[in-house]
Amino acid sequence: MSLDVVPGVVAVVLVTAVTLAIGTYRQRFSRTTSDFFVASRTVRPGLNASAIGGEYLSGASFLGIAGLLLVFGADMLWYPVGFTAGYLVLLVLVAAPLRRSGAYTLPDFAEARLGSRGVRAACSVLVVAVGWLYLLPQFEGAGLTLAAAVGAPRWVGAVVVGVVVVVGVGSGGMRAITFVQAFQYWLKLTALLVPLAVLIVVWVGEGAPGPVAATDTAQWSLPLAAGGGAGLYATYSLIVATFLGTMGLPHVAVRFYTNPDGGAARRTTLVVLVLLGVFYLLPPAYAFLGRVYGESLAAAGRSDVMVLELPRLVLPGVGGELLTALVTAGAFAAFLSTSSGLAVAVAGVLGQDVTGRLPLLGSRTRLDGVPAFRLGAVIAVTVPLGVSLLVPDLGVARSVGLAFAMAASTFCPLLVLGIWWRGLTAPGAVAGLVAGGLGCGGAIVTTFSPARLSGWAGVLLEQPAAWSVPLAVVVMVGVSLATRDRVPPHAGRFLARLHTPESVRT
Amino acid sequence: MRTRIRHGVPRRGTDLGSEADRATFRTLHTASLASPALREGLTVASAGRSIKHLRALLGAPAVALTDTSAALGWDGEGEHHAGVCGALAEPVVRHGTTRRGEAALLSCDVLACPVDEVVVAPLVVDERVVGTLQAFTTRTTAGLARATDEVARWVSGQLELAELDASRRRLMEAEVRAMRAQISPHFIYNSLGAIASFVRTDPDRARELLLEFADFTRYSFRRHGDFTTLAEELRSVERYLLLEQARFGDRLQVTLNVAPEVLGVAVPFLCVQPLVENAVRHGLEAAEGVGHIRIVAHDRGTEALIEVEDDGVGEDPERVRRALAGDADLDSVGLGNVDARLRTTFGDDFGLVVETAPGAGTRVLVRVPKFAPGVSA
Repeated sequence: MSLDVVPGVVAVVLVTAVTLAIGTYRQRFSRTTSDFFVASRTVRPGLNASAIGGEYLSGASFLGIAGLLLVFGADMLWYPVGFTAGYLVLLVLVAAPLRRSGAYTLPDFAEARLGSRGVRAACSVLVVAVGWLYLLPQFEGAGLTLAAAVGAPRWVGAVVVGVVVVVGVGSGGMRAITFVQAFQYWLKLTALLVPLAVLIVVWVGEGAPGPVAATDTAQWSLPLAAGGGAGLYATYSLIVATFLGTMGLPHVAVRFYTNPDGGAARRTTLVVLVLLGVFYLLPPAYAFLGRVYGESLAAAGRSDVMVLELPRLVLPGVGGELLTALVTAGAFAAFLSTSSGLAVAVAGVLGQDVTGRLPLLGSRTRLDGVPAFRLGAVIAVTVPLGVSLLVPDLGVARSVGLAFAMAASTFCPLLVLGIWWRGLTAPGAVAGLVAGGLGCGGAIVTTFSPARLSGWAGVLLEQPAAWSVPLAVVVMVGVSLATRDRVPPHAGRFLARLHTPESVRT
Repeated sequence: MRTRIRHGVPRRGTDLGSEADRATFRTLHTASLASPALREGLTVASAGRSIKHLRALLGAPAVALTDTSAALGWDGEGEHHAGVCGALAEPVVRHGTTRRGEAALLSCDVLACPVDEVVVAPLVVDERVVGTLQAFTTRTTAGLARATDEVARWVSGQLELAELDASRRRLMEAEVRAMRAQISPHFIYNSLGAIASFVRTDPDRARELLLEFADFTRYSFRRHGDFTTLAEELRSVERYLLLEQARFGDRLQVTLNVAPEVLGVAVPFLCVQPLVENAVRHGLEAAEGVGHIRIVAHDRGTEALIEVEDDGVGEDPERVRRALAGDADLDSVGLGNVDARLRTTFGDDFGLVVETAPGAGTRVLVRVPKFAPGVSA
């Protein structure tokens, strides 16, 4: 190990240690006097929003977006816009009613709304599918990060993140999970903001040079300059997937349970919008500086690690190494927080609906509670970790885009119709989930398979959201109308509860 | 060393038995399909869901369930006869025995209508006829009469169980109501005495304590809703402890450690407070010196785990076992009641767990799922 990798290693170890330390730190309150605090200890919107931001800003946001912008130009701005705007849709349509439903997970919501175990099972399968799809790029990105920062083989980063997540989640050690995630948000913001400030100072100091390859800059900065109709379709599809997919991400939904009531859920979402809005200003700035200093990275197909490499390229020497270490720390925090959030969500579903039901070998007792959850956590991490080691190079941001498409094609119709339409029935919901899931899932499988289609078929399969979301909605509404007599008897009462503000309740 | 106690629940086996019993199993299975609906009592809804299974049991072309005056449900052909079910039921309700119905009531012009004759059997709950089971056919046989009689007896058994369920539920509700009304007189007396002692020396504290006392009683006497949030419940616990501390001063040490993530969990009303009262009693009133009470709420993914622990005199595990099994003579007031309510709300996996031994303190564990169908604060 050469000397210049030391800052990177130190950064990664520090982030991991601090994460586990905050997580296992038990706040102890010993009071013998009269001031008590339960009321004051509900999670405030600001803290909860930081935690949501910390969990939500994955490696794709941290590294992938800047890389995509560097290579493909202005069209890719829809990624950060969509990742943020998804919370706007969530705020307007879902946040408060979802909290008032009392549901902890998305399958819980389905069961409470439709009173059907079948819908619950379908949702559980989809939570695992979306979770795994989203975990894949996290592991891949972690491998890329460690490879770029300290020159480790690609599998090392993925395995390190996997092990830390299993230990953290499986040991039940994450007691103060909200604080951990909130810390991660501010760490990520700092880790992008500080190096960017330094880089901009350097850039201005050098007389603010423009991009090297000035010829295609016009094309780079112009939306939809290339691609024609297919490009336009892909853009709209991306917009649909990211705007509507956020509400269906399993780790986002469970965080809303921490809000004390529906009003707090709305305020939290509002703060999340601000926090994400601030954060997503940074990757485009990196992409621009990348055009100036890091064109070679794009050419070499290493755009995913551009954010990590840029400080070194701009500032050779110790300063650059330290900044790279800071960015590495932020990137690693991104992988850790998103992965553990997803692992908790997936392990919860597996623990409840799968490992908690398996009879133990040779005995008639079942695993319950914590052991089932731990086994669930191991499975939740191992499967996507294995796949990411076997199938590298899926493209970090693009895989995340597909996870969003999957969530948008399944949970978005379920949530929006479930919250706003009395007529939704259990058969309708299942049919819609199956149609959206199979449609989008099939497209994803063909995209990941070696034999890719070209032309319009390829575009349709690569960005399925624009057709799979409407398909799911139409099927869900159609089958619900056809099975009108199966509308749950409590639907009216349940919707009234979802939409009644806390202030007018008795 | 403390013993860990849980009210035991036998697990069901999955052995299937021999081929020869299959006909019996089919019959039993059909009966079991009808049973959940009937266990809700005799209503149009339960009749609608159970009646096709009852017809399968009887093998008759048509079957009806009635209350004492009219049809609740009909399955099979010839539904145009449903109107006369009340008239058919009337003599059976009066006499309380199985008999053939008046065939004249069943004459009709419909071709190939299989409903010509009928066997009517009474459904009896607590020696009172609450309805009838009517099996229609072209020609009644002794076999059908016997079968109708037996199925009616079985349905009566299910309805009696339904009645039992209902009365058990009413009892439980009454117990909760009693618990709300039954703040211990000692507690009221002691609290007011402690507050009185502050009136001269520290009027501000006395005023605060009185307000806490008012809030505490308002929560405990609350009439509406079976569920509350863990935050509300813990707030009430705090008030209770505050009042006890006014009395015991430094002898009562309290540690509270609550994960904020679980404050929104819906829990049965008054499910933690009785445990804390027990802890104070065992940890302090019965023992000398300083007593420590520890209340912890953990976030365990899909569940919240609440611990109430004291370092007092402890308890004989056998007595706790009996308290959990519902022996009301023991002085662990709320234990059995809280346990029963947690089980009825969340299922048998979520009963109380008590760890205790004489002289070793007591720890009570409550597990609550973050979401359960039908449970909301």
